[in-house]
Amino acid sequence: MNRRARVLAWSLAALLAWIVGYPLLLTLLEGRHALLEVARRSDEWLALWRSLWISVASTVLAGVLGVPLAFVFARLEFPGRKLLGDLLALPVALPPLVGVIAFLFLYGESGFAARAVQAVFGLETAPWRLQGPGAILLVHAYSMYVYFYLLVRAALQRLDPALEEAAAALGAGRWRTLWRVTMPQLVPAMLGGALLAFMTSLGSFSAPYIFGGNFRVLPTQITTSKLNGDIDLAQAETVALAALALLALWLFDRAEPTSGGGSGVRGVAPERRRLQSGRARFGAIALGWGLALFALLPHFTLLLVSFVPTGTWSTEALPPVLAGSNYMTLLREPERLRPLVNSLWMASLATAAALALGFAAARLALGLRGRVSATLRALIALPWAIPGTVFAVALATAFSVNQPWLLRFVLVGTPVLLPLAYLARSLPLTGRAALAGLAQLDPALEEAAATLGANRRRILWRIVLPLVRPALMAGASIAFITALGDFVASIVLYTYTTRPISIEILSSLRLQDLGVAAAYGVLLMVASGAAFLLFGERERPLSTGA
Amino acid sequence: MTAAATTKTAAFLEVRGLRKRFGNREVLQDFSLEVASGEILALLGVSGSGKTTALRLLAGLDAPDAGQVILGGEDVTALAAARRGVGMVFQHYALFPHLSIGENVSFGLEGRGLGRDEVRRRAEEALAQVRLPGHFGGKVGALSGGMQQRVAIARALAPAPRVLLLDEPFSNLDPHLREYTRRELRDTIRRIGITTVLVTHEQEEAFDVADRVALLVAGRLEQVGTPEDLYERPRTLAVGAFIGRSALLEGPLVESAGSRDAGVQVRPNLVWLGVRAEAVDAGRPAAILLRPEALRFVELSDASALFGVVESRRFAGPRSYFRVALDGEVAGETVEVLARTGAVVIGERVAVALEPKAAPPQIFAAPTK
Repeated sequence: MNRRARVLAWSLAALLAWIVGYPLLLTLLEGRHALLEVARRSDEWLALWRSLWISVASTVLAGVLGVPLAFVFARLEFPGRKLLGDLLALPVALPPLVGVIAFLFLYGESGFAARAVQAVFGLETAPWRLQGPGAILLVHAYSMYVYFYLLVRAALQRLDPALEEAAAALGAGRWRTLWRVTMPQLVPAMLGGALLAFMTSLGSFSAPYIFGGNFRVLPTQITTSKLNGDIDLAQAETVALAALALLALWLFDRAEPTSGGGSGVRGVAPERRRLQSGRARFGAIALGWGLALFALLPHFTLLLVSFVPTGTWSTEALPPVLAGSNYMTLLREPERLRPLVNSLWMASLATAAALALGFAAARLALGLRGRVSATLRALIALPWAIPGTVFAVALATAFSVNQPWLLRFVLVGTPVLLPLAYLARSLPLTGRAALAGLAQLDPALEEAAATLGANRRRILWRIVLPLVRPALMAGASIAFITALGDFVASIVLYTYTTRPISIEILSSLRLQDLGVAAAYGVLLMVASGAAFLLFGERERPLSTGA
Repeated sequence: MTAAATTKTAAFLEVRGLRKRFGNREVLQDFSLEVASGEILALLGVSGSGKTTALRLLAGLDAPDAGQVILGGEDVTALAAARRGVGMVFQHYALFPHLSIGENVSFGLEGRGLGRDEVRRRAEEALAQVRLPGHFGGKVGALSGGMQQRVAIARALAPAPRVLLLDEPFSNLDPHLREYTRRELRDTIRRIGITTVLVTHEQEEAFDVADRVALLVAGRLEQVGTPEDLYERPRTLAVGAFIGRSALLEGPLVESAGSRDAGVQVRPNLVWLGVRAEAVDAGRPAAILLRPEALRFVELSDASALFGVVESRRFAGPRSYFRVALDGEVAGETVEVLARTGAVVIGERVAVALEPKAAPPQIFAAPTK
């Protein structure tokens, strides 16, 4: 039996390696010739440098916003805390491109904020332009503070209250306790948040693509090369970006403190402090609602713009006409409906496949020891560290020639490639969720079922799957919304027949069909929000890129 | 007396030469055992002694490296857990959290070609056996530890297994519940008459529930016998030291005639007599195992006594355990004496001698250091 499982595990590892490892390897092999040329060009170094500093700055900004928020919501008790605490996590569920266009409608030069300022001060032209690194950082900070906020909040809730009590009993004041006792305990959570924010920034495509202009970071540089037909250059740049991502991951891994035993995890969170003084209470409530409003404003904006019929809003501060015509356009015109249908089937298929493969890989990895287990784990985790642009270019590279003896087929231009890309990027989300869920499963439960006469099939269906379902659903829902809203891989790999929602949003924007773009965005937002709220809460946010 | 000599009844569960190693560690060495039909046997040992491994081999959850498990005359060694017909109660009960109480109990009855009603009837019956009638639809999460244990037992018993295996059945319960639960569990098993093997690290539990106790030390089966066998006639020093409270005094062995066939020279000119538990030649280093009740306080003038100072007292009602730090030629040794609570006070200088009315102390070869 064990032998059969081992054969199965190696076969699965081979399949996964073909999907996620092989394309990267081929890209490295084919891109290595152009690497020298890349190294000689100053604009390439500039893009690399910009990617790096934008990622560092985004991470710092996200931390500066997210960590204090985590303290406020984990430690203070005030009216509306629970609802606001949940609302503040919403930006993470917004597909990157949707977030970007919402920011465009809100803070762009003809957005609500600019129009309001213009109207108030009677200005002739827009007071600012939403462009360049500042705009990118704004969007990044908005969507990535959630990583710090959720992880640090969870760590604070898990913190053993006895530690702080012991510090107090030893005579430490509030600040000393915070710096010497509480903060060191939060280092893993903050590193975790920083890792997510950094990797997401590094792979971020939508914000630099829409707001960057000539300010190019590596992912936009790669896409530009690819769309210009400069394949060699794109491959070499892709290798550089992948190397940077893996280097970052390695550095974070080294920074992670080896857990020093410490006190066991207690289930009881420290009592939340009820704010007594009226001023502090008012301050906390105002801050909480203010931030929640900031977090939700893009959502409202998108919703509002989606009800503005094309060509009815020119210079007014607020749109004069509101109607549902954009949605009708979407549903009535087959060519407009097409992207919706495409995204739905491709995301569903990719998620289902990723769920099955991820679960099988996780189960085999946990059930077996040795090299096959490590290989499966590595293959599940690998796509997580790889920016979406890299994957897209790698898949385009691997599957643009017909060499069946090398397991290479022409998939470029077929409807297969995009779902395959979604699948590869979903794999870490479903696989890690399955690993986490299965690792928490008490092995005695399966043994108990076995002693009661249940065979493997029955144990799987009656015991294992029902118990890990919440974890699987959490992973699958994040995978689904990531695929549904994907822009970064789509822009490299889509064909006219498989064009997904994000591509249609982009072309609507180009056609100044803002209402239709917003309507697509709202649909994505609603689907994503629903999936996130229904299944996502138990899971750590893992999604990266784009 | 050997283990085999105490079981003349037909063995229902028989284990022959089981061996198991994990990596380089031999967890179980040459483990052989017979359990009679309807008997309750306790596998006793500290954690890491191999007792849980032995139980898992019996259940078929792990495969032995060598040896056989014979159940009702049938060699079941190669049979997977699912087909062995063994009921197991896990340490933390392993109740399926997503199933109701009744669904948990029914789990082992499904897929056996029984009708729905029959499954339900048998599950209800099993629940009634553990005094949980009418709890069929209840949630397992809401149950107390004691009730969870009863559901786990009902679940294990429902498919009418040939043997019941219990892994540390009381470790998860509050101490004040344990004694009551022990009695209740023993009564249930007796009523059903099922052959039972339970694993525990608490000798009190083993003595309270089991007919016979098998003591495992570092993967070796040291002795199998009734609680009296193990306490009064330990076959090895390891058994003697593990079971009950005791102290050891070492010295050369001295032959003697009579029911107390040997003695240990505990200091020059003083020999304490006992019985040899294993072969030791005269003059060889030996050790005498002294139970607290085998010692008493005597007059300071008594020539057959060792002397020392009372160090501490463990109160146990009318009688107490006194820890005495010996001095003179045996300085550095301590013994424990069971005596009337007010007999001596802490710090008092005392004389300690053998209690003639107690069972004779056992003598072993001195442990190699």
